[in-house]
Amino acid sequence: MASKRSKKAIWEGKIVGRAMVDSFVKLDPRHMMGNPVMFVVEVGSVITTVLLVRGGGAFLFNLQITLWLWFTVLFANFAEAMAEGRGKAQADTLRKARSETIANRILESGQIEKIPSSNLRAGDMVKVVAGEFVPSDGEIVEGVASVDESAITGESAPVIREAGGDRSAVTGGTRVLSDEIKVKITSNPGETFLDRMIALVEGAERQKTPNEIALNILLAGLTIIFLLAVVTLQPFAIYAGAPQSVFVLVSLLVCLIPTTIGGLLSAIGIAGMDRLIQHNVLAMSGRAVEAAGDVDTLLLDKTGTITLGNRQASEFIPAPGVSEAEMADASQLSSLADETPEGRSIVVLAKEKYGLRGRELGPHEMEFVPFTAQTRMSGVNMSGNQIRKGAVDAITKYLAANGGAMPPEVQASVELIARSGGTPLVVAEKQRALGVIHLKDIVKGGMRERFDQLRAIGIKTVMITGDNPLTAAAIAREAGVDDFLAEATPKDKMDLIRREQAQGKLVAMTGDGTNDAPALAQADVGVAMNTGTQAAKEAGNMVDLDSNPTKLIEVVAIGKQLLMTRGSLTTFSIANDVAKYFAIIPAMFAGTFPVLNALNIMHLRTPQSAILSAVIFNAVIIIALIPLALRGVKYRPMSAAALLRRNLWVYGVGGIIVPFIGIKLIDMLITGVRLA
Amino acid sequence: MTINGWLQIAVFLALVLAVTKPMGIFLTHVFNRERTFMDPVLRPLERLLYRLTGVDEDHEMKWTEYAFAMLLFSVVSMLLLYLMQRVQGFLPFNPQKFAAVSPAHLAFNTAASFTTNTNWQSYSGESTMSYFTQMAGLAYHNFISAATGIALAIAFVRGIARRQMQTIGNFWVDMVRSCLWVLLPFCVVGALVLVSQGVVQNLKPYDAVKLVEPQQVQHVNADGKPAVDAAGKPVMDTVATQTIAQGPVASQEIIKEWGTNGGGFFNANSSHPFENPSPLSNLIELFTIFAISAGLTYTLGRMTGSQSHGWAVWGAMAVLFLAGVTVAYWAEARGNPLLHGVNQQVTATQAGGNMEGKEVRFGITNSALFATVTTDASCGAINGWHDSFTPLGGMVPLVNIMLSEVIFGGVGAGMYGILIYVVLAVFIAGLMVGRTPEYLGKKIEAYDVKMAMLVALIFPLVILVFTGFSSVNGFGTSSITNPGPHGFTQMLYAFTSGAGNNGSAFGGLNTNTLWYNTTLGMTMLIGRFFMIIPMLAIAGNLAQKKYVPPSLGTFPVTTPLFSALLIGVILIVGALTFFPALSLGPILEHLLMAAGKTF
Amino acid sequence: MKQNLKIAILMTLVTTVLLGIIYPLVVTGLAQVMFHDKANGQLITRHGEIVGSRIIGQAFAGSGYLHSRPSAAGNGYDAANSGGTNFAPTNQKLIDRVNSDVARLQAENPGQPIPIDLVTTSASGLDPDITPAAAEFQVPRLAHERGLGEDQVRQIIQRHTYGRQLGFLGEPRINVLEVNLALDDVSPLAKK
Repeated sequence: MASKRSKKAIWEGKIVGRAMVDSFVKLDPRHMMGNPVMFVVEVGSVITTVLLVRGGGAFLFNLQITLWLWFTVLFANFAEAMAEGRGKAQADTLRKARSETIANRILESGQIEKIPSSNLRAGDMVKVVAGEFVPSDGEIVEGVASVDESAITGESAPVIREAGGDRSAVTGGTRVLSDEIKVKITSNPGETFLDRMIALVEGAERQKTPNEIALNILLAGLTIIFLLAVVTLQPFAIYAGAPQSVFVLVSLLVCLIPTTIGGLLSAIGIAGMDRLIQHNVLAMSGRAVEAAGDVDTLLLDKTGTITLGNRQASEFIPAPGVSEAEMADASQLSSLADETPEGRSIVVLAKEKYGLRGRELGPHEMEFVPFTAQTRMSGVNMSGNQIRKGAVDAITKYLAANGGAMPPEVQASVELIARSGGTPLVVAEKQRALGVIHLKDIVKGGMRERFDQLRAIGIKTVMITGDNPLTAAAIAREAGVDDFLAEATPKDKMDLIRREQAQGKLVAMTGDGTNDAPALAQADVGVAMNTGTQAAKEAGNMVDLDSNPTKLIEVVAIGKQLLMTRGSLTTFSIANDVAKYFAIIPAMFAGTFPVLNALNIMHLRTPQSAILSAVIFNAVIIIALIPLALRGVKYRPMSAAALLRRNLWVYGVGGIIVPFIGIKLIDMLITGVRLA
Repeated sequence: MTINGWLQIAVFLALVLAVTKPMGIFLTHVFNRERTFMDPVLRPLERLLYRLTGVDEDHEMKWTEYAFAMLLFSVVSMLLLYLMQRVQGFLPFNPQKFAAVSPAHLAFNTAASFTTNTNWQSYSGESTMSYFTQMAGLAYHNFISAATGIALAIAFVRGIARRQMQTIGNFWVDMVRSCLWVLLPFCVVGALVLVSQGVVQNLKPYDAVKLVEPQQVQHVNADGKPAVDAAGKPVMDTVATQTIAQGPVASQEIIKEWGTNGGGFFNANSSHPFENPSPLSNLIELFTIFAISAGLTYTLGRMTGSQSHGWAVWGAMAVLFLAGVTVAYWAEARGNPLLHGVNQQVTATQAGGNMEGKEVRFGITNSALFATVTTDASCGAINGWHDSFTPLGGMVPLVNIMLSEVIFGGVGAGMYGILIYVVLAVFIAGLMVGRTPEYLGKKIEAYDVKMAMLVALIFPLVILVFTGFSSVNGFGTSSITNPGPHGFTQMLYAFTSGAGNNGSAFGGLNTNTLWYNTTLGMTMLIGRFFMIIPMLAIAGNLAQKKYVPPSLGTFPVTTPLFSALLIGVILIVGALTFFPALSLGPILEHLLMAAGKTF
Repeated sequence: MKQNLKIAILMTLVTTVLLGIIYPLVVTGLAQVMFHDKANGQLITRHGEIVGSRIIGQAFAGSGYLHSRPSAAGNGYDAANSGGTNFAPTNQKLIDRVNSDVARLQAENPGQPIPIDLVTTSASGLDPDITPAAAEFQVPRLAHERGLGEDQVRQIIQRHTYGRQLGFLGEPRINVLEVNLALDDVSPLAKK
């Protein structure tokens, strides 16, 4: 959705409106108790309200304090509501796609029964024809169709879905554009992908992530410490002969406890999920997003991720005694019926290099021999002649069977190509080897830079490929990955993940096939391609709706950004307290001990204006930081040491300085308009 | 402040720097149970101890058993100390024929105090304790409370270093090895060096001296008031003799510093000429306070395989030390602006400054240095009265303790104290690098944060709550001897010192009362054990975690930046908690003093 | 658990014997042999009587004696009752005491500010030393009372002045008791 959709503005009218209402709904203490910091503020607000109603003291000052305390709570609620609001808006769009459709259920007898889609159960068979919506999630068991998945992915170009293989899954709410398919339903109502997606973007099932829980404990601990500091300040003040009013003490408390991060914490978490959704990735849990930030090792499939999806023929190397043209001709002949990208690239190369036009030859003249797992060759049988192409060992066997042998020169070419990272394909004519076709992997542009960035942030990349080690090593070198796993079977992949994990590393990978499912489940972050099989999507903890394996890198960045935003705002929040002390402490005691005005380094006008300014700053900073919380702090790939230095300056040192300026400005403003 | 003054501070820090590595390596050998040159003598003794007590030295303990053994040992030895005080009249080595320590709450307070390595003294040593109680009760606890501290620090470091293990060592073995390999040999050598400087070491009765010039002093009535006759003229007594208290001082003095205990043999502690006779003995005492704790930073680096992390921690400590000593030195050297007609300047013939409650041989530099060092560590020995320091000079030791005594810190206690801060620093700032915070390959998770916060919470809890009660009740304020803000600081200092297991005091406060003896006793016990248990829980939890190998993305704990961060967290957590209290105590007093106000 | 309790009890007893009794007795034995005088308090005897410890101060009030600092140990230099006043710098009692001492001393040397150590109590109450400034302050009085030249007095003081240890440690200081004993030796006060 997002990559296609323009980035949402933070302050979108509709979302803001709804968030404002929600801010008040969230005042419910049962809700507030989940956030100890803000709960303390709410309790403080209630206390001051009660005291305000009972009267006495400086009414205007007390009223303002009370109002701003309530605003502090409301602003925090507003931040959370804003973050949720963006998700809710998305959920509304998705809900439209979930609208009731009529399904054509195929009965055992073969007859078709029309039932509402909500009555479908897993295991049911339905028929979907062009123009109809797919009624629920399922696997195509028969047929091929082009499907418009824009309701889910935002991508308007139709995609091909067909029975068998790794592109058999269809999602409820998508629309079949052509042909007709038979689908076996895999989800019960309410459990479909769309349902899950709605729940996720709405944040209905949001659970606190491990780091969030730990941070909450820290914040609760700090809150208790400050509660102690403020409560015991009263006896100290009585000893000094300067007892304080409850309004002032509550103000001090609220300013000291980490309300900034406390108020924004859940918004940051929700916004992190939301940012993933904007990248068209659905995380099944917040835990997965957090884990993405911790990833140490990325397993990337070579094909489609590091290299363009297909290898291309780049050269014909004839055997001794064979002309290049003859070799090219034979290669082209053997590939005419080969619809694989590699086969087509051979035809194209022969045409471009040797002007050989593709020939239309009927089946009566030649018989095509398709690739099988047993022979591991393909080719063509013509009148009295056979041409075969295939891997070197397969062709060696073929030659031997026909009484020929592989010439050492060809063998040498094969090895040369393999070592350079290419795939050698030997072409033979009965007992005679004709030469070698050089198939080359094309590494995607810009990959090397991305891997360098990943290395800079301490992430190791491992390329997974079915190629032989020589080929794999050459591509790995060209692409700049740190390591590779050659001739990878699903089991090898699994073992690699386990090995990395045993070293304490967190592993992320992408996958789409049913084969990938166990590895996806084992990995700490498993991103399944939306085009993949249902099994893969079930096993992973994220689904990439764009089915772009390179997205893993963005997912990691988003995970890191989420953690960084939390850490930075926590640091900022705690650092803020320094200035607040310098505002409030002299204000509390300068009346009794004018010498304490020496601590009033901001030269705030009056004790009242000083306290009020600190409280207002404390409330307003929450609103001011909502965009940062929702967008996340800026993330650039650099080493942890560099990141720490940068963020400590910005949020640590900045967190000490900013409130001095802010409180001073507010003080000038409110004394200017004579509010204090 | 003088160049020579700074030179002394620099030499001291250089000595601490120099000892860090050899001490750290030695401690590593001792606690990894590797061979040291002392083995031929000590191994048989160690084995004998285990045989006598039934310790299986190869048994490994989970953190819970470790904590339990430590607690049992503390409880049993605390009971013994209590008992010993109460029956000292019947025990040997009592030439002054001191009766039982009484009242009971004083004996309780003292037992709690020495068991917890606080060594707060509500009593006056030379007029209360028999030589036997001093040696077998007080000095003995100096050994074992220090050994316990070192054992705990080592257990914590093991917790960080070990991977996927359930155990963190054997308390008995760690404690015994601390005593035999570390404290005992260091003390035998150190005690003799101190004697060479003039620290006494004997078991004879107090000496009676015929004064060179007999003195006329005003008679003091039984109620403590100076006596006057009917005409209102003072009633004078002639004092012709001086009784000089003696005792086995050196053997106790040296463990008091090595073990960062701080409980003086005499009331005047390390300002007493028999405890600290010369500037050199003073330097030795300062050095021994820091030496083991400094070495432990190296041990931390060595055991966890990150030597530069050890140095980063050392660096943070050194910076905080220098900051403290600078403020204290500056404040004391300025003198007391309220005194007139006196010369407080530095001249060729005097050190000047605020000399009330300080010794001439130490002057301002060594008094300020000692006050800083003794409170950076949880020592609590003093060579000048903190109560008589200028407000800001006295605030330095107070703040040092409020920061949990992690600037080198108490033996062991400083190490595990700063590691709690490290855990918090790594957690808060660690998130900023975009990963679940990791400390030396161990992820810092909710459980660790919870326990660290518990430690961070208990400390201000006891200090602030008890000080709060004392501030507004007669039983608290009636003990105050310096009115005004200073009186508040006296109470605040007492509970801070108790909770931090420091033992130094704003000594004017009369704490030998039911309220203070009881609450301070509780404060010390809570301050020690309620912090140790969550600390060990973290150690146990870290030990069983998987190790995450470091990468470029790992939060760096080995750089100067980390040292700076650690300092920031220590200061901010400490300062934010106690700033309101400080502003009504020393800060207010300082400002009022500048304005010429007295109380 | 029970095993650990048994160990705790036995360990307490065994280590008390080792660290609480054997250790200090061994150190006492070694100290008495190696540093007999120092280990026993550096006592000074005159005519068979102990007249003081070299490192424990005594009070001197007579005008013929070099005065020590004020002391808060017992009723003054009580070496069985060490301690200080613990007065805060803002305590009026401190200011009053210093003011009255200053007034008394200024009568002795009009117009001169009083060296600070002469009007402040030490930490132990047993400080054996005063600063060179404080000694110099008293030289005219001592010379007058003892019937000596000021330089003679200064020479005696000089002999009992201790510089910084190793050249940089601590502060220069004068041992009051030693000076007074020397003064008594050189020029005894007439018995009143």
